[in-house]
Amino acid sequence: MTIGRKIAATYLVFGLGAVVTCLLAPLVGSTTIDFRRVFDASVPFAENADAQIFFVARLPRVLAGALVGSALAASGVVLQALLRNPLATPFTLGVSAGAALGAMLALTLELSSGIAGFSAVPIASFAGSLGAVGIVYSLARVRHRGLSTNVLLLAGVTLNSFFSALILFVQFLSDFTQTFRTVRWLMGDLDVSSYAPLVAAAPPIALSFGAFAMLPRSMNLLSISDESAASRGVDVHRTQRLAFLSASLATGAAVSLGGPVGFIGIVVPHLVRLLVGADHRMVLPASAFGGAAFLVACDTVSRSALAPLEVPVGVVTALIGGPFFLWLLIRHR
Amino acid sequence: MAAHKTPLIASVLLLAACLCGAQLKLGPAYHLAPTARAQTRPQRIVSIVPSVTEMLFAIGAGPRVVGVGNFDTYPPEALTRPKVGGLIDPDIERIIALKPDLVVVYGTQSDLRTQMERAHIPVFLYQHAGLADITTTIRELGSRAGNLKESAELANQIEADIAEVRKRVAGRPPPRTLLVFGRDAETLRGIYASGGIGFLHDMLEAAGGVNVFADVKRQSIQATSELAVARAPEVIVEIGVDTASSKARNLDAWKALPSIPAVRSTRIYQLRGDGMMNPGPRISASVRRLAEVLHPQAFK
Repeated sequence: MTIGRKIAATYLVFGLGAVVTCLLAPLVGSTTIDFRRVFDASVPFAENADAQIFFVARLPRVLAGALVGSALAASGVVLQALLRNPLATPFTLGVSAGAALGAMLALTLELSSGIAGFSAVPIASFAGSLGAVGIVYSLARVRHRGLSTNVLLLAGVTLNSFFSALILFVQFLSDFTQTFRTVRWLMGDLDVSSYAPLVAAAPPIALSFGAFAMLPRSMNLLSISDESAASRGVDVHRTQRLAFLSASLATGAAVSLGGPVGFIGIVVPHLVRLLVGADHRMVLPASAFGGAAFLVACDTVSRSALAPLEVPVGVVTALIGGPFFLWLLIRHR
Repeated sequence: MAAHKTPLIASVLLLAACLCGAQLKLGPAYHLAPTARAQTRPQRIVSIVPSVTEMLFAIGAGPRVVGVGNFDTYPPEALTRPKVGGLIDPDIERIIALKPDLVVVYGTQSDLRTQMERAHIPVFLYQHAGLADITTTIRELGSRAGNLKESAELANQIEADIAEVRKRVAGRPPPRTLLVFGRDAETLRGIYASGGIGFLHDMLEAAGGVNVFADVKRQSIQATSELAVARAPEVIVEIGVDTASSKARNLDAWKALPSIPAVRSTRIYQLRGDGMMNPGPRISASVRRLAEVLHPQAFK
């Protein structure tokens, strides 16, 4: 099979998997709904509880899962290549900690005046992630013409602990119910209950995916070494900048939409590599589709396993993803 | 081999201990009776639990309260006492420095309890539970603090007030009610509602409402938008929600789910004030406020 065909097959198989998952997921939930009634145009929407459960509660939630899952998984691939570190995740470089700090402040100060119909918590969390990206990026450029990946990594890790300390301090100062809400936010929640948050998060994620599309070939060369990539005509500095900024933007938008859902950014890319090999031309799209399918599936478990209780989706991704990944790791050795 | 197993066994035991702890917290609420009976009338009382601090002042033990919790704001007199920390961070040094002869400890503060027992300071153990437990606690606290008469009077009064509300709403069809105590401002995200146990549920039932989550045997539940639609409440009452946003703009968020009967009939109410969420002496007033929105005709 030629490489072109392999890539096409990857898109087809993983894309189909993601689409099928997204089509099946809204059929399941904490309540049983009558699907004939959902699509019955003779009942006014305002009175049609089944249609509202389907179109207002479930569909935006599934779409949010797909968006967040694919953004986090793809960002994981890009950052693992950029840092040449298989343990890198979208949360390694401080983006999620910045986002979390923003969200904590909005929740604790009970900020309510959103901008243009978007509510305060996602805006604050997105602003926090951009702040963190700005700090890490400027640090990594201080004594380097391009981006120093070592400084990037160390600055990111340090910023993560620094922001975590600030988060703990904010939690310490807040009262008990607020602390509970902030802790709950950290576990991830995709119950967006309208399309507005999706509309807000989609443009930055789309922009990042546009940038990701330019990266696979350079990333293949970069993952060997900067020098060999440069010798084959890759503009190393430009690629590094593009990779870092686009992955951070996607992560920031994803976290502001669904909270810092863990495990996807590391489990999905590695799972995909076990299936399709290390070529980024296949790993990146397969991870984007796989991440969407994985998170949508986990969220379906989250909202139906203990219904009417909701298991936080971040708990489900870790509980399913962790052991499954370890099993695959051992099986393939 | 045995040496290898030790950490494993230890971690399994630790996990089991954690699970038991979690079980304790998740299980039905209970009231813990005071452990050590003090022989004499306590003269220096410390309470870090807002509702118990309120009870102490209400039964006339206020002048003998020498330390309160960081979140104790009622009655205003409580604000004049030294603050000794909160539920998760009690300042044990300051508590001991105040030389108390009675310390009110929340059920989950096992560290604080151990420390107090080590220092031979008598403790009064307390944990939030149902509506009936509030007056039980007031009577026990009265006998413990030496304000037997006042506490009996207060408890009787609260019970009589609640009985009066029950009488007024009796016979009226109870509306299916969603009692929300937390929600992100201006969106339908992060909705927390009363489950089928605890004082919030009991208050709702006393005020003549039927809790839409009565079947969920927990004190609280995250009410997703799907659950809110599926449970179809006829009335939505939000307590202690969002202090900053304008009421109208905030309640507008519910319009996204017009099939909910409460949304269509605009029977959504916000009852502000920390008293609503405080299982203390103001509970009968809270029950009445709740009944007034559930059954306005009964209070005309």
